[in-house]
Amino acid sequence: MDGREGAPSFAEMVGRKTEAAYNDLVDSVAFAGEIVANLAQSVRHPGRLRWKDILLACVRVGVDSLPIIFLIGFLMGLILSFQSAVTLQRFGGEIFVPNMLGLVMFREMGPLVTCILLAARSGSAFAAEIGTMKVNEEVDALNTMGLSPTRFLVTPKILASILMAPLMTMFFNFAALVGGLIVMISLGYPLVTYTSRVFQNLQYTDFYGGLIKALVFSILVAGIGCLRGLQTRSGASAVGDSTTSAVVSGIILIAFADGIFAVAYYYLGI
Amino acid sequence: MRGEPVINVRNLTCAYGDFVVVRDISFEVNEGEVFVILGGSGCGKSTVLKHMIGLYEPAEGSVSIHGRRLTGAGERERNEILRSFGVMYQMGALFGSMSLMQNVMLPLEEFTDLPREAREMVAVAKLAMVGLDKFAYNLPSTLSGGMQKRAAIARAMALDPGILFLDEPSAGLDPVTSAELDELIRSLSRNLGITFVIVSHELASIYSIADRVIMLDKQTKGIVAEGDPRQLREGSASETVRSFFNREPAHHADDGHCPVPAEEGA
Ligand SMILES: Nc1ncnc2c1ncn2[C@@H]1O[C@H](COP(=O)(O)OP(=O)(O)OP(=O)(O)O)[C@@H](O)[C@H]1O
Ligand SMILES: [Mg+2]
Repeated sequence: MDGREGAPSFAEMVGRKTEAAYNDLVDSVAFAGEIVANLAQSVRHPGRLRWKDILLACVRVGVDSLPIIFLIGFLMGLILSFQSAVTLQRFGGEIFVPNMLGLVMFREMGPLVTCILLAARSGSAFAAEIGTMKVNEEVDALNTMGLSPTRFLVTPKILASILMAPLMTMFFNFAALVGGLIVMISLGYPLVTYTSRVFQNLQYTDFYGGLIKALVFSILVAGIGCLRGLQTRSGASAVGDSTTSAVVSGIILIAFADGIFAVAYYYLGI
Repeated sequence: MRGEPVINVRNLTCAYGDFVVVRDISFEVNEGEVFVILGGSGCGKSTVLKHMIGLYEPAEGSVSIHGRRLTGAGERERNEILRSFGVMYQMGALFGSMSLMQNVMLPLEEFTDLPREAREMVAVAKLAMVGLDKFAYNLPSTLSGGMQKRAAIARAMALDPGILFLDEPSAGLDPVTSAELDELIRSLSRNLGITFVIVSHELASIYSIADRVIMLDKQTKGIVAEGDPRQLREGSASETVRSFFNREPAHHADDGHCPVPAEEGA
């Protein structure tokens, strides 16, 4: 109560921010635990899952995002190939562009960009949807009906993201390869050269490694989107704040996780 | 006083963080009565209601329903207590992506093993009770605010609970609809013996439905009056209470009738 009088001092502000960050961390861990418990329960009793909700979420997360996935993937493949071809041409090395493109896309850029798009499109949508339900007391209504919001609202969205993100990543990679192909064909190389070169030093581990990344990123993005939605407070700007926070937190989490993956894959030799 | 107490509120203090909304209030609700919580806007009526239904943990004190507490109950006991009451929220809180029918059927799907046709019949019957059976397949967003509220009452009654909590059922309704709703409440209470806990500030409806009221006050953060509303209008010692019942602004300054902006969202 005392804090309301006058402007808070610097030390007080630092203290409050730290406390808020700590509480957020505790909430996130508790929420992660709840999700894991719920997913485990879903595996044991698949009949209790709300399949209609899951399919609907799959359409929203996956199918509806195909145009933007194709567009960004295609442009990234095109631009990356073109710029590196221009540079490598000076050394007569533009033949290596497909090798690089395949590796970069499947290992790194594919999962990363796909899941950033996922955060922007679906993480924010999850936060907005659940946040609006929170403001309208619908989440309270679920609670007093004895229906867990995690099971009803969160689990279908996370499952849909887990199912869709690897597929979306593959579509993204495919679109990027098409973009690269156009550059190489315009430089006068035949299709066969391109395809054989793309897969020349691409291993299955690269492929799987990328998909596992996409899987983990998608859980993080969908989870934080739902958590921010559930944390929505009352007030007109609350839902907007939650959506913004969902996207920002999602991208930060992806960046952290990608760093961890880089180190882990290095030691595992993937 | 009709029956035994079914809800017991003991020394309840409700707070959001450091901000105390009401302090140390105690009351009980008896079986089969229509119990109304009164008070000016922002005095904490919804907050008390949400503490009674276990959405928030009391800062201090306890709430028990049929002698059992929601806070700290295990999952099975919690579900049993939750099934003994239904709630209508201030804004209706219907699920926007489902039709009225699906809204009412949801609790039936989750908690009963009735076949689909039986569930549909029950849902239609509940909607008919509030006069909305013609709109069973509408989405909530295509209905007026008053219709949404009535649909929310139908959903709260889906599992035939013994207690209904209604947060401002008649706010925003026209006088005729509001009177119909009061009639519905009276008949449910008389015929089915349902216990009602209602938050309201509609004086007309309070006189016609309430068996007993308590009045909360923003200034003292407590109960300022308790009893039969007709008697309170005549014989209350407190000026706040008399001015509320006689619809006059209270004379002392800084009364709870003007919301204090600094406290919003504290
Ligand atoms: N989730 C919340 N977090 C913090 N403060 C809140 C919250 N909900 C309500 N409050 C505050 O608690 C006080 C009581 O609010 P409450 O909603 O219980 O009032 P009310 O009596 O139901 O009012 P009304 O008649 O307008 O519905 C208000 O000052 C409000 O600002
Ligand atoms: Mg209220």
